[in-house]
Amino acid sequence: MSAPRRPTDPSGLERYYVLTGGRSGPGGSASSLDVATLIVSLAAPVPGMQHEHEDILRRCRDPLSVAELGAHLGLPFNILAVLLTDLLEAGRVEARDPIPAHGAGRGPDLALLEEVLSGLERL
Amino acid sequence: MDLKGFDHPGRPGGSGPRSVKVMIAGGFGTGKTTMVRSVSDIKPLTTEETLTQASADVDHLIGVADKTETTVSLDFGKISLNDSLMLYLFGTPGQERFWFLWNGLFKGALGAVVLVDTRRLASSFRAIEEMERQNVPFVVALNVFPDSKNYPVEEIRDALDIPENIPVVACDARDRASSRDVLVALIQHLKDRSAVAMESR
Ligand SMILES: Nc1nc2c(ncn2[C@@H]2O[C@H](COP(=O)(O)OP(=O)(O)OP(=O)(O)O)[C@@H](O)[C@H]2O)c(=O)[nH]1
Ligand SMILES: [Mg+2]
Repeated sequence: MSAPRRPTDPSGLERYYVLTGGRSGPGGSASSLDVATLIVSLAAPVPGMQHEHEDILRRCRDPLSVAELGAHLGLPFNILAVLLTDLLEAGRVEARDPIPAHGAGRGPDLALLEEVLSGLERL
Repeated sequence: MDLKGFDHPGRPGGSGPRSVKVMIAGGFGTGKTTMVRSVSDIKPLTTEETLTQASADVDHLIGVADKTETTVSLDFGKISLNDSLMLYLFGTPGQERFWFLWNGLFKGALGAVVLVDTRRLASSFRAIEEMERQNVPFVVALNVFPDSKNYPVEEIRDALDIPENIPVVACDARDRASSRDVLVALIQHLKDRSAVAMESR
């Protein structure tokens, strides 16, 4: 293959920048990524996959927030968002945004607030 | 795609996990990190964002001469509310000028707790302004320190210039039950707001 290849064994922050191919922030399907967005793997890692992608897939078998994932992997949000975009576009992970207090065009979700309240009261 | 041997124990029958988020804001040193810690189920974590000089906006906002890179951390915790619903808590960076970094940090949040140290009321002015500007519903939590004076709530409300309908509660951010009660006050406030919104339709 003559095309430039991404490093498969990055170490250190500079290489993470290299690893994202110079893309500096989330775009496309990741532009809505939030620190509280839950990421769930839809596929198992495949051999030859970029190490970080593999790591993400493994850690997100159970849903994990973007913030937690970033903390576990030691990656800044912007870099992680780029990696997640790759996986989202490849259909390997699913992203679920936090439920806002007001659904688009709908009224305030009282049922959700009740659910949160009873969860807190059980603490 | 190889899906074999790859099950989703956390995803019963299509409903799936859901999350909500609440922000813990307030001035420098008012107890944001402490509150996230005391009420979280997990050992609280920190996530980082790196500012580079690449962006002119950023450059302008930092205004720090010699620094080409600044790291701003965001601490967070989570509370499992039930089998499928998680509450994520995010303590905002003490320096509000970095909030812009977290692309839509407050977007999608149910609401916010603004922590106030009554010995230094002014340190939380910016946080309150920011909530009003971004239209984030909030409650004010007075974090009581040993040498805090007991000001009448009305005086504080007046000094902070917040309307009647915004709850002001006292708390000890180090205490789990007390921090939980602040979150309960916030959700209760959101319910009240909803009720008002329904009536005025
Ligand atoms: N007595 C008392 N001390 C507290 C309370 N909450 C926090 N502290 C102490 O106050 C100091 C500041 O608390 P932090 O939680 O770090 O405050 P913060 O808002 O996260 O600070 P920044 O992130 O730097 O803006 C720490 O030394 C805490 O131990 C409280 O309720 N009572
Ligand atoms: Mg802090």
